[in-house]
Amino acid sequence: MQLTDRHKEYWRKNIRLTAVLLAIWFVVTYVVGFYAREINEIVVFGFPLGFYMGAQGALVIYVVMIFYYAIRMNKLDKEYDVAEGDR
Amino acid sequence: MATQTQVQFTQSLKKYYSIYAGGFIAFVIVLAIAEQMGLRPRYIGYAFLAATIGLYALIGIISRTADVAEYYVAGRRVPAFFNGMATGADWMSAASFIGMAGGLYIQGYDGLAFIMGWTGGYVLVALFLAPYLRKFGQFTIPDFLGERYGGHLARSIGVFAAVLCSFTYVVAQIYGVGIITSRFTGLEFGIGVFVGLGGILVCSFLGGMRAVTWTQVAQYIILIIAYLLPVVWLSVQITHFPVPQLSYGYALEKVTEREKAIKDDPKEIEVRNILKTKATDAEAKLKDPAAAYAADKAAAEKKLADLKGANAAPDQVAAAEKALVAFPKDVDAAKAQWTKEKGLAARAAPPRPHAEAFVGKDDAARNTARLNFLALVFCLMVGTAALPHILMRYYTTPSVREARNSVGWSLFFIFLLYFTAPALAVLVKFDVYTHLVGLNFADLPKWVASWAAVDPALVSVKDLNGDGIVQLAEIVLGQDIIVLATPEIAGLPYVVSGLVAAGGLAAALSTADGLLLTIANALSHDVYYKMIDPHASTKRRLTIAKMLLLVVAAIAATVASQKPADILFLVSAAFSFAAAAFFPALVLGIFWKRASSWGAVLGMASGLGITFYYMATTQPWLRGLFGVTSPVADHMWFGINPISAGIFGVPLGFAVIIIVSLLTPAPDQKTQELIEHVRYPQLRGDIDTRAA
Repeated sequence: MQLTDRHKEYWRKNIRLTAVLLAIWFVVTYVVGFYAREINEIVVFGFPLGFYMGAQGALVIYVVMIFYYAIRMNKLDKEYDVAEGDR
Repeated sequence: MATQTQVQFTQSLKKYYSIYAGGFIAFVIVLAIAEQMGLRPRYIGYAFLAATIGLYALIGIISRTADVAEYYVAGRRVPAFFNGMATGADWMSAASFIGMAGGLYIQGYDGLAFIMGWTGGYVLVALFLAPYLRKFGQFTIPDFLGERYGGHLARSIGVFAAVLCSFTYVVAQIYGVGIITSRFTGLEFGIGVFVGLGGILVCSFLGGMRAVTWTQVAQYIILIIAYLLPVVWLSVQITHFPVPQLSYGYALEKVTEREKAIKDDPKEIEVRNILKTKATDAEAKLKDPAAAYAADKAAAEKKLADLKGANAAPDQVAAAEKALVAFPKDVDAAKAQWTKEKGLAARAAPPRPHAEAFVGKDDAARNTARLNFLALVFCLMVGTAALPHILMRYYTTPSVREARNSVGWSLFFIFLLYFTAPALAVLVKFDVYTHLVGLNFADLPKWVASWAAVDPALVSVKDLNGDGIVQLAEIVLGQDIIVLATPEIAGLPYVVSGLVAAGGLAAALSTADGLLLTIANALSHDVYYKMIDPHASTKRRLTIAKMLLLVVAAIAATVASQKPADILFLVSAAFSFAAAAFFPALVLGIFWKRASSWGAVLGMASGLGITFYYMATTQPWLRGLFGVTSPVADHMWFGINPISAGIFGVPLGFAVIIIVSLLTPAPDQKTQELIEHVRYPQLRGDIDTRAA
């Protein structure tokens, strides 16, 4: 079947959202991980920040990111009329 | 059931599982009261074992099915929330439940690679795989490879990789079941393995994915209660706050202070020197074992003769006689003992600062440590997003929308345990550093003696310098003891220890269930139905699937009961293999229409190949197996450890798929349509790929 321009736009928006979230994932995991020694110099409530990011902070961000993606995409499905009906 | 709508179905699930969770808590309370009235610990262990396995069996029997879609994908009507719980139990293995906090206790920051790797991978699942696989909507992961890349070759490599990864993993789970059962009930390890096997098969045999799903939800509830309860209790005692993940900073500060004090404490240094001397002596003796053995034996005999000749006190003579009796029987026995003593060198170092990242003696060592940390995180993440038993779970939701939500719930339920483990490690360390260290040997807490009696590898505390006071360097804690002993450290009754064992068992059984099903389905669906006999009747397909399940389970249990060495390495290796084999082919298959069949086949093969080659040349056990004798250093690339070999396999897989695809013709129209089909949750005039 032929995809319409709307369909292509939906896919482009999906790709953009995916790329942005992937960039956040990369920064939280690898950039923060790479500089963990330096970031550890900052201490918040007794926690060296680099350690806390690896142990708890990154995890919270991962969970929030996945739910955000789900909510955004589920909305986008409806906007672009590609959502599933109730089967 | 058939007339029920999805909303009603979800409502009744919520009702049943609330009743179930309440019933389980009531059961624990009844046992706690019985304990106060004098029920013996061993019977508490039996009660937990019988009650939980009986329950899983009951769910398995209720969920029995003769329908193919029910058997393979639970009828595709598992709501996002419950699929999240089931995925959580599927994912968290015995190692996550029992071993993870211990690993963090021992390794400090560097152990966080597992915490980040095993959660961050779900971001990749959510963004790149789950919704698209759900839209594709067949039964297995090799199914997607077979359909997208055509022909049997891509599917076959998929089956091979799925079986390879899942089998090593399932052996480790069954092994874990044997250990937990034998520790808590006193049954023999071999019997424990087969009790566990029974527990696994009652779920999966009759009802396939459907039964496994509903059992896994039940298992998740048990394992999360069992994990969180003791930690929260311990946190209240130490930090006066019931959310350990926020409040353990205080304990971490104290631990850091104690680390510095212990580093410079003269008594600690004395013990460390004793250990160092023992280690260097043993190393020297190992250079010429035969001569050292003769000299040592002569010295022991001479000492006894001298004492006797000098009319020494009887207890001195008795001690010398005892030393001679305990002397190794031959050179080989002595060699084994010295090798062990040589290993004491590891304990002769001052405590490693818990929160410090990438510990090393100089900048070069620290950089290598950092590189390995990041490489391991990468392999674990990509491996998570490529393990078939996890990806398969997203076939079971009713829609693409639910599949997306479900990844969120999965990670949320996994996160509850994983973001608690680092807090638990620090809280236990706080207790050991501030309470256990400095105690008189006469006042050792009860848990030390009782766990040392179960297995000396878990705890041992010996007065090496004879001052009657516990020094940190005199304490040996095994990785598993951190979780196992937490209830007792927190001063909770034995029933909570039983609960923790039931939680560990639930973690191991649920993962084993998912893995066994993955292997059996890859063989029955992909190999038998798709390749050998595509006209097989439904009944025949299910019979074959169940038979294979039994055969695979029996083989896995037999391997596990041999207590294979290096099982932990093999499990970690499974992540690198899965990452290299599946991830590039799956992701490019969805996101790049140009990816061709030959590209995928060669990409998967080369990714797997280089990963395997790197491990075979750098990992001690595999080197022995393949007779590699040249120095390890010649084979190391950038100092990467063999466990992270996937760091080479994944990029190579991507590169080969892209290059070969560009050199071969583009996929045909039908494949192009398939790709469009999986990208959109619903298209008008769309093709239908749902399996019947």
